[in-house]
Amino acid sequence: MSETLTARDYKSDVHPVWCPGCGDFGILNALTKALAARQQPPERVALISGIGCSSRLPAYMTPYGFHGVHGRVLPMATGLAVARPDLTVIAMGGDGDGFSIGGNHFMHACRRNVNMVYLVMDNAVYGMTKGQASPTTQTDWTGSKLTPTGTHMPAFRPLEIALASGCAFVAREFSGNPNGLAQRIVEALDYPGFTFIQVLSPCITYRPEQMGYKKIVHEDFEPTSIRTEAMARLLDDDGMTTGLLFRAPPAPWQGDPAPEAHRAPERALVVGGGA
Amino acid sequence: MTTHAAAQPPPHSGCSPAGTLSIAISGSGGAGVMTVGELLLDAAARAGLYGRMGRTFGPQIRGGEAAALLRLSSTPIEGVGDAYDLLVALDWGNIDRFADEIPLSPDSQVLFDDKAGEVPPVVVASGANCRGLPLSETARAVRGGRPNLVVLGLLAGALDLPAALVREAVRARFGERSVETALAVLELGLATEPPLSRPLSPSRAAGVRWNVSGNQAAGLGALRGGIRFVAAYPITPATDLLEWLAEELPAADGDLVQAEDELAAVNMCIGASFGGVPSLTATSGPGLALMLEAIGLSVASETPIVVVDVMRGGPSTGIPTKSEQTDLDIAVNGLHGEAPHLVLAPLGVADCLFTTQWSVELAEALQAPAIVLSDQSLAQSRLIVDEPPTRSSPATRRCAESPGADYRRYAITDDGVSPMAIPGTPGGMYVADGLTHDVRGRPSSRSADHRAQLDKRRDKLTGFDFGAAWGEVDGDGAAAVITWGSSTAAVREAVDRLRAAGCAVRCIALRLISPLPIDALRGALAGVERAVVVEHNHSGQLHRLLRANADWPCPLTAWHRPGPLPLRPGELVAALSEALDARPNREETPA
Repeated sequence: MSETLTARDYKSDVHPVWCPGCGDFGILNALTKALAARQQPPERVALISGIGCSSRLPAYMTPYGFHGVHGRVLPMATGLAVARPDLTVIAMGGDGDGFSIGGNHFMHACRRNVNMVYLVMDNAVYGMTKGQASPTTQTDWTGSKLTPTGTHMPAFRPLEIALASGCAFVAREFSGNPNGLAQRIVEALDYPGFTFIQVLSPCITYRPEQMGYKKIVHEDFEPTSIRTEAMARLLDDDGMTTGLLFRAPPAPWQGDPAPEAHRAPERALVVGGGA
Repeated sequence: MTTHAAAQPPPHSGCSPAGTLSIAISGSGGAGVMTVGELLLDAAARAGLYGRMGRTFGPQIRGGEAAALLRLSSTPIEGVGDAYDLLVALDWGNIDRFADEIPLSPDSQVLFDDKAGEVPPVVVASGANCRGLPLSETARAVRGGRPNLVVLGLLAGALDLPAALVREAVRARFGERSVETALAVLELGLATEPPLSRPLSPSRAAGVRWNVSGNQAAGLGALRGGIRFVAAYPITPATDLLEWLAEELPAADGDLVQAEDELAAVNMCIGASFGGVPSLTATSGPGLALMLEAIGLSVASETPIVVVDVMRGGPSTGIPTKSEQTDLDIAVNGLHGEAPHLVLAPLGVADCLFTTQWSVELAEALQAPAIVLSDQSLAQSRLIVDEPPTRSSPATRRCAESPGADYRRYAITDDGVSPMAIPGTPGGMYVADGLTHDVRGRPSSRSADHRAQLDKRRDKLTGFDFGAAWGEVDGDGAAAVITWGSSTAAVREAVDRLRAAGCAVRCIALRLISPLPIDALRGALAGVERAVVVEHNHSGQLHRLLRANADWPCPLTAWHRPGPLPLRPGELVAALSEALDARPNREETPA
C-alpha cells in the first residue's frame, strides 16, 4: 500500500504566471484537494487546457497535461477520454476559450456526454491579452479600448446553454470557496459523463470590482434531476448563485460496440468474394 | 518560363489501344447507371479482366444526370483512356453536361434507348455512330423490370463475358426481394443479339484480385498501420473513407467519433494520440485549411497524427466532386511558424493502401503529423487490381517505459526522436505544450531552448532514412518526367506510348513530398538532361517546390493543367513530346 497522497503531491514546482490574488489560485488549490480526496494517482490523471491565463494551470500540477490551442480543449479532452477511458480526464480553461472561440465545442461536448470534468474559470474578461470583453462580460462594461462603449450584446449564459445542449451535470461554484469547489469537483469526478462547473474566478487586475464577489455569491441552488425545473430556476438567476443545479441519471457516451461477427475487411474487397 | 497547357485538352486521337475498352453509361438519377456500371465491372473482373470505374454526377443531391465511366482491359490498368469507345444512354438527360467528360470520336459507338428521343446535337457533332435500341420496351416484358439490366446483358454479350459470371455478379448485388426480377431482365439482355462485338481476352494470371476504391484502400492502410482512433467530419470526397472506417474500427477495438467540425476532429486526434492511440482524420481542402493550426500543435508537441486530404477542385468550395492536385502548397507550406512535418501522396488507387499505412508508420516513428494527399480521382474510383502485398507494420512509437525523476520528454537525442511517456505511465508525467518549451516540456522563451527544439524537430525528419519508398523510378535516358500522386497513372501510360514510339524516357513518381527527398531525386536524375514536372493543377505546385528547395542536375520545366477533367494519356504524349524535345537549357535562356 502506497503512502497517502496529499494536495501537495499534485502541485508542481512551476511558478504560476498569475497575478497575486488571482481567483485561479483558489481553483488550483481546490483541484489538488479533490484529487487528494480521491487518492488519485497523478499518472492516471490528464489535465487538458486551452489558451489563456487559466489554461496555464496544468503546468502547475504534477499529473499528465496538455496545453493545447485556443478554444479546442474539449475536442482534445474528448479524443483522449474516448481513446483512454481508463484515465481521469479534467478539461479546463477560461470563459473566452470555452464560450467564444470554443463555444461550438461546448454545446457538442454537452450533447456527447463523454466522461470528463470541464471547469471554466470565468472572470468575464480576456486577461492574457490585457483586458478585453469576453462572452460573459456585462453589456455595459466599458473597461476595454476594444469596446469603449460597451459590448452591445447580452452576456452569454453558460448554464442555460449547457442545459439546453443536454448537459447531464451542471454546477456553479466560486473560487473564493476552494473547499466547496473541491467537494463539487469530487462529485463531478464520481459522475459518469460530461460534467460542467462554471467557477466564478475574479480577475483582480482587469476586473477589480470582482473582488466584491465574495459578498454577493450565495449558495442557493437546489439540485434537481428535472431539466425544465433547472431551466426555470435560471430564468431569474443573478449569475451569483452557487451549488449543483442539475444532475441527470447517468447515461454516458458509448462508442459503437464491437460487432459479434465480423469478417476481415479484405474479404469484402476480393473479386467474387462477396457472393 | 513554363509551358502551360491550353485551357481545354487537345482532342483525343481515336479509339482505345488494343486490349482496352472505355465504356460510359449515362442516364438521369434513378435510371440505375451506377448499378449497371458496378455490375459490369464486377462481372468483367470475375471473368478475368482488369478495369476501373469512375463516376460523374450533376450537382443535385439526389437525382439529376449521372454517368458510370468504365475502362476494361486484358492487363492491369490504372487511369482513364483518351476517348470512349462506347456510350450507352438510358436517356439523354442533360447529356450536354458530360460532353467534355465523355469524349467521343467518329470511331465511337453510341447506343441509346429508342424511346429517349432525338440524338442531341452534341452527340451528333462527335461523328459517333449512333444506334437506337428498344431498351425500355424490352425491360417491360418483366413486371417491375428496368432497362439498366437489359444494358448489362447487352454489354456482357458485346464483351463476350460468360453469362454465368454475370448472373453471379447480379446475385451478389441484389437482395432476395429484387434478385429474381433483376435476373429475369438480365436474361432478356443476354438473349438479345449484341449490337456490336468487342471481346477482350481475359488475363490468365492466377491469384486473388480486389475490386477496391482509393478511399477503401486508404482506410485499410490506416487499419493495418495501427490506427485505432478516428475523428470524422463529413466532407466530399473524403466521407466514404470515414464511413468505411466507422464500419471496420469497432471490430478492431478502435473508436470513431463524429466531430462537430474539422477543428474538433483534428484536436480529438491529437488528444487520443497523446493517450498513446494512433489517430487519423480525413478531410478535403476546406477542412484541411481549418485543421492547420492544430497540425502545428501536433508538430510542436510532437504528438503524431495522420490527416488524409482527399483533394478536390479549389480554391474555396471549388468543385467538390471533381479531382485536382491543388493542395500541395498548403499541405507543405500552410503551417504557421516553422513546422517540419510529413507530406505523402499515393501513386494510384491501390497505392492508397501502402502510402496511408506507411504514413501511419512514419508519423508514429517520428512523432510528427503526416498529411496524405489523396484526391477524388483516386478516392472514388473503383479499380480491379491484383491483391496488394501485405507488409508487416512496424508502426512503433518510441515510448518511455519506466521514466524516472530525470525524465525529459523533449530530450535532445541523436536522431531527434525522444521517448514519449504515455499517460498512465508512473514517473513520466509531463505537460505537452504548443508553447516553446525546454527539454522537460516547461514553457520557455529562452533562445537556446527555442533553437534546440527547432533543430530537433527538423533533424528528426531530414535525418531519417526513408529507404526506397520515397518514389518510383523506371526507365532510363536523357529525358525524364517527374510527377506525383494521381497524375502518375496518365504519365505512365503516356511514357509507355513514347517508349513504344522509340523515345527513351525516365519516369519518376514522388510518393514523399515533405521532407523533400532531394538526394534520392538527384540520384534518380543522374544522366538526365531535361526533365518536365507534370501535375494536375493550375500553377505547377510541385514544380515550384522543387525549384525553390534545391539545385538540380538538369533544367526542370513544367506542364500542368487544372481539373475538373482528368489528365489523359493522349494529351500528355503531345505535351511531353514537345517539352522533352526542347533543347537543353532552353528554359534558362533569358528572353
